[in-house]
Amino acid sequence: MSLLLAQSINLFAVVLLVLAFAMIAQRRILTLIHLFTLQGVALVAATLVVAHLTGQHHLYYSAAVTFALKVVLIPILLHRVIIRLNVRWDVETLFNIPTTMLLGIVLVIFAFNLAGPIARLSTSIAHGTLGIALACVLLSFLMMIVRAKAVPQVIGFLSMENGLFFAATAATSGMPMIVELGIAFDVLVGILILGVFMFQIREQFDSLDIRHLEKLKED
Amino acid sequence: MRILDAILIVIAGWLALGLAGIAVLRQTSLVARVLFPAGAVLGVALAGLALAALFSAPQTTVLALGLPDLPFHLRLDGLSAFFLLVIGATTVGISVFAAGYFRVGEGTPPGLLCLEYHLFLASMAMVVLADDAYAFMVMWETMALSSFFLVTTNHRVPAIREAGFLYLLIAHVGAIAILLCFGVLQANTGDYTFANMRAQSLPPLWASVAFLLATAGFGAKAGIVPLHVWLPEAHPAAPSPVSALMSAVMLKTAIYGVLRVGFDLLGAQQWWWGVMLLAIGLVSALYGVVFSAVQTDMKRLLAYSSIENIGLLFIGIGLGVLFNSYGMTALSALALTATLYHVIGHALFKSLLFLATGSVLHATGERSLGKLGGLMRHMPWVAWLSLVGVLASSGLPPFSGFVSEWLLLQSFLFTTGLPDSFLNMLIPVVAAGIALVAALAGYTMVKFFGVVFLGQPREPRLAHAHPASPLERAGLVWLGAGTLLLGLFPVPVIIAIDRVTQLLVGSGIADTVRAHGWLLLSPSTPERASYGPLVFLVVVSLAVLLAVALVRKLYHGRIRRAPPWDCGYPAQTARMQDTAEGFGQPIRQIFEPVFHMRRELPSPFDAKPSYRVTIEDHFWHWLYLPVAQLTERIGRLVGRLQQGRIAIYLLYSFVTLIVLLLVVTA
Repeated sequence: MSLLLAQSINLFAVVLLVLAFAMIAQRRILTLIHLFTLQGVALVAATLVVAHLTGQHHLYYSAAVTFALKVVLIPILLHRVIIRLNVRWDVETLFNIPTTMLLGIVLVIFAFNLAGPIARLSTSIAHGTLGIALACVLLSFLMMIVRAKAVPQVIGFLSMENGLFFAATAATSGMPMIVELGIAFDVLVGILILGVFMFQIREQFDSLDIRHLEKLKED
Repeated sequence: MRILDAILIVIAGWLALGLAGIAVLRQTSLVARVLFPAGAVLGVALAGLALAALFSAPQTTVLALGLPDLPFHLRLDGLSAFFLLVIGATTVGISVFAAGYFRVGEGTPPGLLCLEYHLFLASMAMVVLADDAYAFMVMWETMALSSFFLVTTNHRVPAIREAGFLYLLIAHVGAIAILLCFGVLQANTGDYTFANMRAQSLPPLWASVAFLLATAGFGAKAGIVPLHVWLPEAHPAAPSPVSALMSAVMLKTAIYGVLRVGFDLLGAQQWWWGVMLLAIGLVSALYGVVFSAVQTDMKRLLAYSSIENIGLLFIGIGLGVLFNSYGMTALSALALTATLYHVIGHALFKSLLFLATGSVLHATGERSLGKLGGLMRHMPWVAWLSLVGVLASSGLPPFSGFVSEWLLLQSFLFTTGLPDSFLNMLIPVVAAGIALVAALAGYTMVKFFGVVFLGQPREPRLAHAHPASPLERAGLVWLGAGTLLLGLFPVPVIIAIDRVTQLLVGSGIADTVRAHGWLLLSPSTPERASYGPLVFLVVVSLAVLLAVALVRKLYHGRIRRAPPWDCGYPAQTARMQDTAEGFGQPIRQIFEPVFHMRRELPSPFDAKPSYRVTIEDHFWHWLYLPVAQLTERIGRLVGRLQQGRIAIYLLYSFVTLIVLLLVVTA
């Protein structure tokens, strides 16, 4: 039974990675939010499994916090934002999607190479997943770079945090509770600030295209 | 209660006055009539306590201020007591003057000004008390910042803001050098108390590095060439009491720093340090006085004159180092006595002159010499007291400037005893340089006094110049009296300074001086040289009285008043007087290569001929502008990183992350 559960962590990890790729490929913002929510669900599930296997109670709490934030609160906020701002599509990415996907594959290979030596040292049950977690972080970063609209960038930022969280859970059975609470709070504050920011961009430029921000540069 | 504790209470009192200023931010009369005079009273207390401390043993204390585990170490010894005395005695006059000077509409609200002013005073006092590098740097920076805000009191004027930033920049460059100097002095022990630095004996190379850093760092604050450019900008920009405080007292904290590091913290000195200081001092003194002679703005003139005096002080220190490095401590003590005498003398007469320009400025609203004149009739107090300052500044007896310059030249006469023939030949050149500086300083001061106070008013509105207020006069009288007393009674002063030189070089000239009584000052033997200021004063006064009496008796009886031929002056107008430019013209001509001069001469056929000359420092073009251009070029190169696109910025982070990860795996 526990072996099966241990394998299920790898499954969730793969789900996270696939979702990260899906997010890179996705241009509809509404779907992007759904994907982000799904990623949150997978993360919660993985955390619960690790908590059950290692018997560390504080991981239950962090799973609950993650659920409340990343599955419920932030998606709702994002939904409200896109309804209020009336953005559906991210018109164009800076690179086309197949190129981005190829870059993503390179990043995944890089991440696995990187995580290999570390994973061999780790004794944690989910040591094989560190590479995936790292890949998720890098993929989300890539997404932030290639997207031209503010909302997908924010989602990229949040998804990067998902990857980090997963890395922490998988490799070291979670960070200390106080750190996790701090990060959760940071993410919440970050999303609020970014929300205000998005409304401001919208007011200023009548568009959410962040390329307008180039005008702010001082010559 | 120990003296040190009492002094700390005085300093705390200044801080409290500053905070009280914040409480009554905009009530000008309350700030001016209550807080500033109270600050002056504390200044008297500080001077008295410092005088007592000068004649008692060193005291130390540890203040648990600042960071945890890093308290302020304080120490009150002869050197700090002497500089506290200078600070206290000078600020009394300046604070009293400031009470009558600051009015509504000086830019910064008066309460805030009061805070900055008293913070400045407190930080200067604390600088000389500090006994570890940490406390010293904190106080040094507080001093720089509070004076920066004081300089930019009229911060709405762009030129004043620029002057302030220039000052701040050079002050910080200097502070970095001082910090590095302390870093060398602690000799890898990690203990930054001065007690530890005294205990270390550095290898000669590192000792020289420390001394060079100290010279550069403190020199930036003192205004030695080529780090002097901030002085002529910042002094005119600041309100007069502030310029007085900066020129008279703040520059002296830099002298204190050089003495503290050079004589106290560094053990053995090397002879070439002295030669270096002599060279720096001579260049600064000559440069300062030559520029001073051609200025047409009275505060710029005084600022350049401060550079000259700082040069003289550096010469004195250099000579002290030179003698000390050859073990001739008695002569070193003589040179240092001259230096310290000049420190207090300059503090008093330069603040007197700056404050006098303040009064003139308030009375006429004019700073340019070309538009002043004939003010002696309207402001007799200011004029007569300025005359005292001017005479002292020119180094004429019986005022303080003469005593210090005379002592300095006396110590030069002993340089023939140095065991190095090369030095024996070169050092008389410096002495000759000092003589030139003194003569030019006299020339400059004649120009300053003559153009501002004598002759006829150059502008009609000068006829309505109102005399200085009683408080302003009181401040000037205090400083003028101090200058006169310093000139008339040098022997007690030298006995006080002896405590400092005993501390610095283990020798002093008090015994020699005391042997000849208090009337006659003789630093070595009376056969060699002696000076009796009171005798001089009596003789000069008698001679003047006699001359006046004789002239009245012999000449006045024969006076005839007749109109027929009036020497071609039927209508004598103010335009016929010698102007500041005209008076400075010979100097401008002689020292032409020193200036970066731009002249606009009118053509003979011009209907409205106009003449303009601007004089700039060569150092702007030689040193500062190239540095500024280099900085800008680097800035532009770095600026290329700034694309303004979020994707690019993210890419920077991304690439950095990848590279770092690669480095980690490799």
